[in-house]
Amino acid sequence: MIDKFMLGIGASVALTLAGLTTAVSAKVEGDTITLGSSISLTGKYATNGLHTQRGYDYAVDVINSSGGVKVGGKTYKLDVKYYDDESTPARGAQLAERLIQQDGIEFMLGPYSSGMTKAIAPVSEKFGVPMVEAEGASRSLFTQGYKYLFAVLSTSEQYLSTAIELAAQASSDPSSVRVAMAFESDPFSMDVRAGVVDAINKYGMKTIIDDQLPADLSDMSTTLTKVKALKPDILIVSGHSKGAATAARQINEMKVNVPMIAMTHCEAAKVQEKFPKAANGFLCPTQWVETLSKSDPMFGTASDWNTGFKKAHPSYSSVPYQSAQASAAVYVFKEAFEAANSFDQDTVRDAISAVEMETFYGDIKFSDAGNNIAKPMFMRQIDSTGNYSLVESAKDMTFPRNVSY
Amino acid sequence: MNKRKTILTYAGLGLFGVFGPILFPAYTLSIAYLWMMVLMASTWDILGGQMGYNSLGNIAFFGIGMYVSAIVQVSIFYPGGVAEYTSAMGSIKPEFTSNQYFVGLYLGILAAGLVALLFSILFGSFMFGLRGPYFAIGSLGLAIAAAEITITIDYVGAASGISMPLFPGDIEFRSVFFYVLCFLITIIAHFLLRWLFSTQFGLAINAIRDDEDKAEAMGIPTRIYKQIGWGIAAFFMGAMGAVAGNMAGFIDKEVAYPIPTFGIFMVAMVLLGGKGTLWGPVLGAIIFHVIKETTWTYLLGWQWVALGLILIVNIVYFQQGIMGWLQTRYPEMFGIVVDKSDLEPKAEGKAIK
Amino acid sequence: MLDNIQLLFVWAPVINVQIILEGIFLGAVFALSAYGLALVWGVMNIKNLAQGDFVIMGGYISLALSQYNTSIFVILPLVMLIMFFYGFIVYHSMIKRVIDQDMFTSLLATFGLSLLMQQVMNLIWGPEVQIIDLDFPVYDAFDGFVTIPSIKIISLVLAGILSLAIVLFMKKSRIGQAIRATAQDPRAARVLGIDTDKIYAFTFSLNSAICGAAGVFVSVIWVLQPFYGITYSVRSFAIVTAAGLGNLPAVISAGFGIGLFEKYVGAIIGTAYEVAAPVSMLLIVLVFRQISMKKNRQAVK
Repeated sequence: MIDKFMLGIGASVALTLAGLTTAVSAKVEGDTITLGSSISLTGKYATNGLHTQRGYDYAVDVINSSGGVKVGGKTYKLDVKYYDDESTPARGAQLAERLIQQDGIEFMLGPYSSGMTKAIAPVSEKFGVPMVEAEGASRSLFTQGYKYLFAVLSTSEQYLSTAIELAAQASSDPSSVRVAMAFESDPFSMDVRAGVVDAINKYGMKTIIDDQLPADLSDMSTTLTKVKALKPDILIVSGHSKGAATAARQINEMKVNVPMIAMTHCEAAKVQEKFPKAANGFLCPTQWVETLSKSDPMFGTASDWNTGFKKAHPSYSSVPYQSAQASAAVYVFKEAFEAANSFDQDTVRDAISAVEMETFYGDIKFSDAGNNIAKPMFMRQIDSTGNYSLVESAKDMTFPRNVSY
Repeated sequence: MNKRKTILTYAGLGLFGVFGPILFPAYTLSIAYLWMMVLMASTWDILGGQMGYNSLGNIAFFGIGMYVSAIVQVSIFYPGGVAEYTSAMGSIKPEFTSNQYFVGLYLGILAAGLVALLFSILFGSFMFGLRGPYFAIGSLGLAIAAAEITITIDYVGAASGISMPLFPGDIEFRSVFFYVLCFLITIIAHFLLRWLFSTQFGLAINAIRDDEDKAEAMGIPTRIYKQIGWGIAAFFMGAMGAVAGNMAGFIDKEVAYPIPTFGIFMVAMVLLGGKGTLWGPVLGAIIFHVIKETTWTYLLGWQWVALGLILIVNIVYFQQGIMGWLQTRYPEMFGIVVDKSDLEPKAEGKAIK
Repeated sequence: MLDNIQLLFVWAPVINVQIILEGIFLGAVFALSAYGLALVWGVMNIKNLAQGDFVIMGGYISLALSQYNTSIFVILPLVMLIMFFYGFIVYHSMIKRVIDQDMFTSLLATFGLSLLMQQVMNLIWGPEVQIIDLDFPVYDAFDGFVTIPSIKIISLVLAGILSLAIVLFMKKSRIGQAIRATAQDPRAARVLGIDTDKIYAFTFSLNSAICGAAGVFVSVIWVLQPFYGITYSVRSFAIVTAAGLGNLPAVISAGFGIGLFEKYVGAIIGTAYEVAAPVSMLLIVLVFRQISMKKNRQAVK
């Protein structure tokens, strides 16, 4: 009996697998091109996973409603198949394999965050599946020699090193600038930190606080207490949305008065809405600004895209750049399909690498390593009314931060 | 189970193990993860089911093994060691020849198992005086501390994680290769446990579960038995961690120490199948894996709700697990003549004073 | 590390005040959720792994309520009331059936509950980081070196009143006495006419309400995300285990102790160890207890 039972289990496993096998849908079926993506819908990256997913979906809707993708004289609609990677890289890698092997996905969109992209890139590379990603900024992704990985965004070491440059410009003696840093313990923030450390060394500045914040921690009062005691000239924080929200809340409560504060993910965490007083003067790096004077025939100008996206998702007062770059990634695929005029993976891959275009997101041109070298990173400062204004040099910056608690 | 039935069961599982990936090549790695979960459940059951020591920290050995193998694999053939290789520090991409890769991998797996074993001795030295919930929560604390401390070590790239060396062969071979590794480790562990449970060791650890004080009074060196049990679990978890790290391709804290997922899933799997039996964990892991993969595919957005509900229903209504339920329901098919009183679920840890 | 010690004790000793205050605020939240856990664990032998998710859920309910009313004095009792009913429902639908099973049954059942609650909160409120800013004034002390947001003081006072009320309730009221009697010996309590099923239901609902209160404080002091419940669960377990079962006053002081310990480890060794600190403390306490138990040839159980 028991053996029959075990065999029964084996058989049901086999049947389930067989059932899954029949569910396989080829990538290009009928008039639909299905792109695949494993994205963080649960877990610690879920906030930005959602921004990314909305960006993908918005671009798909716009492209489909304005005629779709024309390949070989036929019009195709785009579609995206999602899985939830639970914010864990191992799961991401497993799901990438599933997308490719079981669902027959031939073209992939990236996941959210560098760690996840690092886990998925080897998989898509092995299968020769072109992947255009919009959220994995780590520099080390583009030193591995990946041929099928393309990123529309600027690499992560540029995120906050600009803040150090600005501090150097604003100060008469850069080597006397004292820096406090707090970075979350995750691959993205560690990469941002590497860029900041390079810049600090370049100017010979002094690092007086260098804290790592555990990913599960939603309290950085210890670091801020030290900041208040040591009075650094610049405070740098990076920790995705939770890090930005926590930092803004506690900077507000503890009345931290540092002349320059720079942090990532301001828009994603909506700090300007929630803590307008403390956020006054925050420097926030961004991949994209809605005032950018770039445009394309599909989405129009940057501000057109911004308006359209806000209309689709009215909950945003300031659209996070994560959504914009996600849309840009989908757009790259559309252009590449049409340029390649085929669905052969290698032809499409070559078409992507040859892409040279202006989009609402900025210029896109990939280096041999796969990163976008045509687009600069921007630094913006939040003003007293909660608006973001572009900072191109120290002259545009309110320094010191004009804040009264 | 009599001999013929046992052989049939093994034949069935063996056939599935060998032909599964051949029939469903797209699912090779999915089945590899299945064997990994079988191993996790089976090794958890040594202490949790057979010995009555419910550990929530076995996942620590998995992570330790994963990091140790990464260190070994990189540093024996790359003079700079892991410190130079890790992703945040530099952008070096050393090329390993396929010989170097496989030698490194095998040595890495072995070292992972052994170092995990050493850690189990270290942890055991201060953990085995704890019983019941204290052991469970204490070991959970160990796993969390291990994870948090790992990411403060700059040598292993701190929180940036490590990109594992690239597999030299093509992708199909890679899947099959890791599949075979997972399958082999699980089989070895299974037969080792099968043999162990049939020896005096099995009786001794069962005695510890039933009444540790009496077992000690009978002259059973309980501490040594506990250590051996945990050591075996640690060795296999470490080795499997090494394989899993290479299978994932990139390791960091989330991959190496999945405490709120696999750390607790392994307990759930054992309870699902029925603890304290050789087959319970195997069955539980298979069912759990199938449920998980199915809900993740068809119920996206609701997958955790489904999993949570299934766990609750299972725990609340099938408290002895499926094997336990079958045993109660059809004792004769297990060839057991049962003293009915043994089947009452045992109440443990009475209310406090 | 040496720098940090110098900073704390030589250069700017006044910042100790800030760190101690932060530790106490943190400890108050831990103490509440740990107290609730100790209650259900002690009375009905339920190890509630969803404890942290109850806390987060309380936070989200207060977030929802804060859109209508911004006074914490109204939100707190409302959240506690809603969470009390929620606990009542959970008790009757599942907890009832796992009382008196072996320890892992309740642990696993509540783990299932925890997964379920996380995802449902994610579906309702979305994965975004949420905060409630009630815009209370912030007080300065020592030339602005130390800042005390009044919301934290209010939370602390409310938490204090709440715990005092619970302690008194357990000591003086009939139900409190019945709960304690049930904890000591359920069978005897039943013989004496106490409806233990009702007592269990009440205890579990009370725990849920206490967690809800802790959640309100979390939402007004820190940030909310559906997946951060596990942090509070782990710390509650660490506190209860370190304090020892059945010692309710010790649970509260252990909560404050761990809050302070965490902050000082963060300030001296580095914030990277702030999460490792409470669990290491737990291990250290357990090792010391083993040593003292071993003298009497006993084990910690």
